[in-house]
Amino acid sequence: MADPSYEVVVGLEVHVELKTKSKMFCGCANAFGAGPNTNTCPVCLGMPGALPVLNREAVRMAVAAALAFNCTIRQRSRFDRKQYFYPDLPKAYQISQYDAPFAEWGSVAIRSGSTRRTVRIRRIHMEEDAGKLNHLGQNLQSSAGSLVDLNRAGVPLIEIVSEPDMSSADEARAYLNELRTVLSYVDVSDLRMEEGSMRCDANVSMKPVGFVGSLEDLPRVEIKNVNSVRNVGRAIEYEIARQSRLLAAGEAITKETRGFNDASARTYSQRSKEEANDYRYFPEPDLPPLMLTGEWIASVKAGLPTLPDAWRERLTGMGIADQDIETLVHDPAQLAFLTRCLEYESDVRLVTTWMLSDMLRLLNAADLTFAESPVGPEQLAELLHLIGDGTLSGRMGKELLENMFATGKSAKTLIEQLGMAQITDDRVLREQVTSVIADHAKVVEDYRSGKAKALGFLVGQVMKRTRGQASPEVVNRLLREMLDE
Amino acid sequence: MDTLATSAGEIAQSVRVGDVSAEHIVNVYLDRIRRLDGELHALLSVDEAGARAAARMLDSLPAEQRTRLPLAGVPLVVKDNILTDRLPTSAGSKILAGFYSPFQATAVERAVAAGAVVVAKGNLDEFGMGSSTEHSAFGPTRNPWARDRVPGGSSGGPAAAIAANLAPLALGSDTGGSIRQPAAFCGIVGLKPTYGRVSRFGLIAYASSLDQIGPLARTVRDAGLLLQVISGLDARDATSSAEPVADYLAELEYPLRGLRIGVPSQYFGAGIEPEVRSVVMSVLDRLKAGGAQTVEINLPHTEYAIAAYYLIAPAEASSNLSRFDGVRYGFRAGASDLVSLYQNTRAEGFGGEVVRRVLLGTHALSAGYYDQYYVKAQKVRALIRRDFMEAFAEVDVVVTPTAPEVPFGLGSRRDDPLKMYQSDICTVTANLAGLPAVSVPAGFVEGLPVGLQFIGPAYSEALLLRAGRMVEEVVERPRWPLDEP
Repeated sequence: MADPSYEVVVGLEVHVELKTKSKMFCGCANAFGAGPNTNTCPVCLGMPGALPVLNREAVRMAVAAALAFNCTIRQRSRFDRKQYFYPDLPKAYQISQYDAPFAEWGSVAIRSGSTRRTVRIRRIHMEEDAGKLNHLGQNLQSSAGSLVDLNRAGVPLIEIVSEPDMSSADEARAYLNELRTVLSYVDVSDLRMEEGSMRCDANVSMKPVGFVGSLEDLPRVEIKNVNSVRNVGRAIEYEIARQSRLLAAGEAITKETRGFNDASARTYSQRSKEEANDYRYFPEPDLPPLMLTGEWIASVKAGLPTLPDAWRERLTGMGIADQDIETLVHDPAQLAFLTRCLEYESDVRLVTTWMLSDMLRLLNAADLTFAESPVGPEQLAELLHLIGDGTLSGRMGKELLENMFATGKSAKTLIEQLGMAQITDDRVLREQVTSVIADHAKVVEDYRSGKAKALGFLVGQVMKRTRGQASPEVVNRLLREMLDE
Repeated sequence: MDTLATSAGEIAQSVRVGDVSAEHIVNVYLDRIRRLDGELHALLSVDEAGARAAARMLDSLPAEQRTRLPLAGVPLVVKDNILTDRLPTSAGSKILAGFYSPFQATAVERAVAAGAVVVAKGNLDEFGMGSSTEHSAFGPTRNPWARDRVPGGSSGGPAAAIAANLAPLALGSDTGGSIRQPAAFCGIVGLKPTYGRVSRFGLIAYASSLDQIGPLARTVRDAGLLLQVISGLDARDATSSAEPVADYLAELEYPLRGLRIGVPSQYFGAGIEPEVRSVVMSVLDRLKAGGAQTVEINLPHTEYAIAAYYLIAPAEASSNLSRFDGVRYGFRAGASDLVSLYQNTRAEGFGGEVVRRVLLGTHALSAGYYDQYYVKAQKVRALIRRDFMEAFAEVDVVVTPTAPEVPFGLGSRRDDPLKMYQSDICTVTANLAGLPAVSVPAGFVEGLPVGLQFIGPAYSEALLLRAGRMVEEVVERPRWPLDEP
């Protein structure tokens, strides 16, 4: 499909709402789902005479996020007004940052399949969110009316602008997933794309192989407001195919803004850049320049948690497989579980194996995360100890884990209640082994004539008679001792 | 006690000690307003019931509480672009006719907390844009000294109200001379504080980086009294200053020895009416006779001030006034769709001068013009600021005529905006440089008042008031135009 004489160039702009308690420039609650216009005040309603006052916690969260992406923090930055008329924008300008953003030049390492590459972040800036329009019909134009809800107006956002360093939908997905993971570690956003707390615009263009000019000169298509990682991938795939088709037909690609239709999986034209807005940016006179001291930036940096890349290194050092590492780092709850569990049980491989197989299966079936697991890290460690010291067989352990999951009780409690402990006593098992040998003379003969498989059958018979509680190791040893005599 | 012959300070003192009730004071002034304002039209709304209720509340306070109120029972006129909670705030515009704010400006709150009683709102040029108060959507104000002439602007209503003694004190706002020029035209005292000295919270913004609220009064002392109460840091205005507020009255009566007065040639040459110049020079001679020194100084970038001002102020205004879109409050024109809602509301709601400045400012911020207009004007602004810094290394204050002329005839400049803009030639530099400036009566030309302006270094309000007090001492007190014979 894709023309080999062109390379795909993708850049992403991601808006992330910060989960501060109050809005960016007033004291209103920053909360999703309240009754329309209940989280509003003269400042975020754009009433005459109201003035913005910067929320320092929003700045801290923004700087923490930027530091997590290795950005350079500008110690003196500025807010600007981005001006346009729309009913969801009460002041008719958005307080944003234009040519002096607070953070620049960061990077994100992505893994797409087996390839690894670095996507550069050009800039991160702070801005306030707009409100929401609820059209009584399909859209603003065709509706009899639209209801304005300004609860979201003034909610703090950061916009993360990548360099056009991605060359496929897969890489874009990997970038978004990594962005999300890092942000979830820094814990500055709810990151819910369906609620709009994370939103993505994708820029897609086709670069002729060997093209040496500025990428700005290529006709770039911007796909606005795609609402999930999956759909960003689908939109980019569609756009690559569409642009390739146009190029193959010898047609020009128009520089424009397009939307994405989830149902048809297609992008559609919204407006061409020729009729683009002139936002008439200028410095926000109601806010003094934002001054950040080196000392303060260092303190924010010192407060950052261990980030995914550092975890990858640490987990690799522990001998965990790459694939398991990726599963672990993309879920901070899993990682926290692992860390806690390792405080009680030092066998990393044993712990990860149990977590990523049986635990994960049970959690998925119950639609729970590791943070919500009825079996805590300490309980899992206890179970693993009981297997390690031979109290339980592996199979009994698996069964017990299910029981622990269902009841929330500890392994030891359940073993006592159910009389489940493994039988390791030679004296007790020798009786069972003796009677099984007596009852299956034919099989014993098979074994002695060299059929190794026969031993398995005999072990199974002993397990059956002890309702699975016999230690398979002990039974094996006893059978061999007695049969090989 | 002859209330009407008494200063604000004396009224407050009488109310504090219980010699006279606040209700009596308020009634005397309300009476006068009823008798005189029909012809002057200095006021846009009068709150008789509210003022009386507030006065009675003050009278019912325990004596020890009342004695702590520096403005106990003093009637106050508030310019109608400053928000009050009981009276509507129109900004002199049809677009806000009948608009009631849900909150009150910090300056008004502080004055009221100090015992002032808001009696009325003062007329103004729409959104503060004008130098004659003829650009009010609700009709012009007449100058009490000559009823066929303008009172200046944009705080023409408050200035005329003080000259006609409709109240002893008024709050105005000054973006390019809007307190000082009408103070000069009405023969009273008006002070524009250092940018950031008085909170702008609750002032309907014209040009945010230039706007300041300040006092208008008949005497320097009364102006200082009101300034004292409204000054100081406000957490709701990020541009308000934490600089401690000086005691403006403590040393007011002590003349400054050897005061060095800078006389910039740029403010005494072409464009200044010779008679106005002579009145100011004559005051300077008298000050010199009293021991002051005059020093010829050079403020070389003055000639670019009007041009810079009429780019920066309209640019900010075009943005600040965008919120008046008919969606949430104020006037809404009939419309068939969203765009026509915006267009009709703004076309019908704004007056001609506002439209002119919004268009000018929109153009100055447009892509392709921003650098040559807005950015260049900001550079001029920095140079003007530097001119003053250099001057203040040699002199204590800079003196200029407040306005280049005496009050002009009503209607004489309506169709000549450029001539109108020239009225601001002496006052805009203090706004561009963020410096405090005071206008005090200097004398008369054929019965028409002339004002003298002192500009001082940042936060030198106490010094400016003392210098103004010295002028009062050498200028004969006028016989007020509408005072009882």
